[in-house]
Amino acid sequence: MTKKTKTLSLNFGPQHPAAHGVLRLILELDGEVVEKADPHIGLLHRGTEKLIEQKTYTQALPYFDRLDYVAPMNQEHAFALATEKLLNLEVPIRAKYIRVIFCEIGRILSHIMNVTTQALDVGALTPSLWGFEERETLMTFYERASGSRLHANYFRTGGVHQDIPTKLIEDIEKFCKNFPKIIDDLEGLLTDNRIFKQRNVEIGIVTKQEALDHSFSGVMLRGSGVAWDLRKSQPYECYRDLEFKVPVGKNGDCYDRYMCRMQEMRESVKIILQCIEKIPKGPIKSIDGKISPPNRNDLKESMEALIHHFKLFTEGYRVPAGDVYTAVEAPKGEFGVYLISDGTNKPYRCKIRAPGFSHLQAMDYLIRGHMLADVPAVLGSLDIVFGEVDR
Amino acid sequence: MLLENIQKLEKVVNSELTTKVKNSDIAFDELLLEINHEELINVIQFLKSNDQCKFRQLIDIAGVDYPEEEKRFKLVYLFLSHENNFRIKLSVNIEIRKKVSSITKIFPSANWMEREVFDMYGIEFEGHPDLRRILTDYNFEGHPLRKDFPLTGFNEVRYSEKEKKVIYEPVKLEQNYRNFDFSSPWEGTKYIKEIKKKSNDDKKN
Repeated sequence: MTKKTKTLSLNFGPQHPAAHGVLRLILELDGEVVEKADPHIGLLHRGTEKLIEQKTYTQALPYFDRLDYVAPMNQEHAFALATEKLLNLEVPIRAKYIRVIFCEIGRILSHIMNVTTQALDVGALTPSLWGFEERETLMTFYERASGSRLHANYFRTGGVHQDIPTKLIEDIEKFCKNFPKIIDDLEGLLTDNRIFKQRNVEIGIVTKQEALDHSFSGVMLRGSGVAWDLRKSQPYECYRDLEFKVPVGKNGDCYDRYMCRMQEMRESVKIILQCIEKIPKGPIKSIDGKISPPNRNDLKESMEALIHHFKLFTEGYRVPAGDVYTAVEAPKGEFGVYLISDGTNKPYRCKIRAPGFSHLQAMDYLIRGHMLADVPAVLGSLDIVFGEVDR
Repeated sequence: MLLENIQKLEKVVNSELTTKVKNSDIAFDELLLEINHEELINVIQFLKSNDQCKFRQLIDIAGVDYPEEEKRFKLVYLFLSHENNFRIKLSVNIEIRKKVSSITKIFPSANWMEREVFDMYGIEFEGHPDLRRILTDYNFEGHPLRKDFPLTGFNEVRYSEKEKKVIYEPVKLEQNYRNFDFSSPWEGTKYIKEIKKKSNDDKKN
């Protein structure tokens, strides 16, 4: 006699603490086994792409902070690179180094957040307490450079907004010297932890082929053994001159992805230290007066500077017609901007390619056959931030 | 066999696909292919499976709206080849209410991307397993990324103290959204257009 089974649908989220934001997941359960997962996204949809179409290029930049709000500057970077490509604009070397320093800080910020909250989801409380203390320090660096801890709005087309003081560079260096110890501590808590391993090893396995088919990028791809990092394969900014390794996983499970993230933080620290060593003196934004606003002192004396200032902050600059796609290796994966300009001061279309969107899409296939308790573990290791998924 | 540069790729694609490619263009070191929407499946299948191209990853699908044109919508497919380290852009132009074939069978990740395009532009995909709205609200009407959709939308949501529930109302604004026309008389688009027109006229003469 065959037993008739009835599946139970369970509404997970949108206000579940392990949903990492506003994810509504509709699960079909057979006992405790997940048969199907249907993620409902869009609860944080703010129409970023539509808004950008109405704003000048300078005004559009802050929207990128609000996408993946855990690593804001990495997003700004993609947009700045896209406009620079269209304008054919050269960025001064110092600005490149400053950008890389802050992008790597963003990577550490994001990875700490992800690793520790994922640990929290599977039952470890302490890592998040230790990790968030470091995040706080890092966000102070953001604040000292840009004036705000999260929504930095620091990168500009052609460079960065302001120069950073030497004291800040020294403090970042001091942090980088200390931080590997903190990573060791975190690893001490998690890497060999029996419970953590039970919850993560061989959970949410992605094979190489599946990772490619599902448009995975970043750690999700590297965790499955594909050595692909845009900083290495399609170097932008000054990554060509920096030495770092690309950690690659073997089994493609949650545990490997955790290991990759930990290693990447160590590499980021190395990158920052190299940048600090190499950073030259010089201008921090393009000297093209039609794109970079004049400095404050010139405004008092030069009529031309005043006119430029006025024009740049009302009308903005015009970008030649064309379409480009630029991508950066954001902490979560390939973050891309497909920008179409029609020659006016506003983008005609700005499509944002968020890595989390494709990762979350694979949720259904990743979680099938797993237990309900694995849902937070897998979701955590996907590294989802709803700001970028919903846009 | 790997290809050395993007120009080689353009040659390979053009010689293999011949008439299927309407136009190919390299700008900013990026290759853009224009094709007919009937050929979409064939071309994408070719790009994915061909030994030289190996575009194994679909990066994104972007919709674009050109309300003045006869074929109003444009779809841009972005692909990446890890082996070659190339990117390629594939564009198709389609008329309003025309259906495009879904590529979910070739790239499973196209599922949500096509849903997003459907949600934002109202372009329907034939053969899509589950074409629902994805980013907008439940019961949302209209397609927000179309150029004729107002930035403010049509409805707003608020909690009504009287009815003790969340209600939808038509948008009421104290002040209109101020969209300045920046085609200014001293350095504006008109001026540039006039120059172009002039130079074209000169060429004719």
